[in-house]
Amino acid sequence: MWAIVHKFGSPQWFYRLSCRLEPWCWVLAALSLGAGGVWGLALAPADYQQGESFRIIYVHVPAALLAQSVFIAMALASLVFMVWKIKVADMAAAVMAPFGAAMTFTALFSGAVWGVPTWGTWWVWDARLTSMLILLFLYLGVIALRGAFSSRQSGARAASVLAMVGVINIPIIKYSVEWWYTLHQSATFSLTERPAMPASMWLPLLIMVVGFYSFFAALTLLRVRSEILRREGDKRWVRALKEIPS
Amino acid sequence: MSAFDSLSAFFAMGGHGVYVWSAWGVTAALLSLCFFQARLERRALLKALSRRARRERARAETPSTPMPTEESDDA
Repeated sequence: MWAIVHKFGSPQWFYRLSCRLEPWCWVLAALSLGAGGVWGLALAPADYQQGESFRIIYVHVPAALLAQSVFIAMALASLVFMVWKIKVADMAAAVMAPFGAAMTFTALFSGAVWGVPTWGTWWVWDARLTSMLILLFLYLGVIALRGAFSSRQSGARAASVLAMVGVINIPIIKYSVEWWYTLHQSATFSLTERPAMPASMWLPLLIMVVGFYSFFAALTLLRVRSEILRREGDKRWVRALKEIPS
Repeated sequence: MSAFDSLSAFFAMGGHGVYVWSAWGVTAALLSLCFFQARLERRALLKALSRRARRERARAETPSTPMPTEESDDA
């Protein structure tokens, strides 16, 4: 068990594995974002109530899903770092935060822009929108806290604690549309029920979701490797890498 | 096949072009920004590491120069 944990957590092993996985993640991301983009923007039928503005769903839903998934992933990585002191987990948590913040901003922006033609307003202080805004501030807090210490170790610990505590906000976002009165509609996808829209509408959405997740995976693999180069540059195996000619 | 009759109808998005295109545009811009930032970051790190490796090898090959005590280029 311990051997597996430490092998998985070894920067050298992770670097090698991610070199092999990363290209496939980029290929999957490019294919699904390309196909889902064309399908969602040009081929899917317009909504009978909302008309063409409904096409915002194809960026809004994946971004909102990612905003929450990235936070959960970051909190898990923080937990692994705090419990087992695995450096790669901390590197992963560090590189996930800015991407999560970008996805949260995307979800908020596309939602606001969607709200104008459908709700008649770009913002309401209801539970779903407010809890998503809090998520953005949590991401910014995690990023700022990491940079606020002169020692990397202290910054990493503080950011980990905030990520682990902040994950409380995720179920609040999820159930906000059920617990409180809200303008926001409930989930489009559910594991137990069929979507309330035709396949020509939800299939491109599913493809976009796959594309966003693949993009996140590829970006994280790439940036963790950069983080390894930054922090472990003195190690002999890093100096021996073929991509660092002398 | 397409949901639109013409290219101009596609851009107009039934009068909702501003909303649809700004939402998609911001999403595409942020994803591209993340992608290119990560690429540039990796390239800069590799360049810095190989520059250091070259410098160290050059120093090792000229033993007459006195060794500096501590090098602080871990930026």
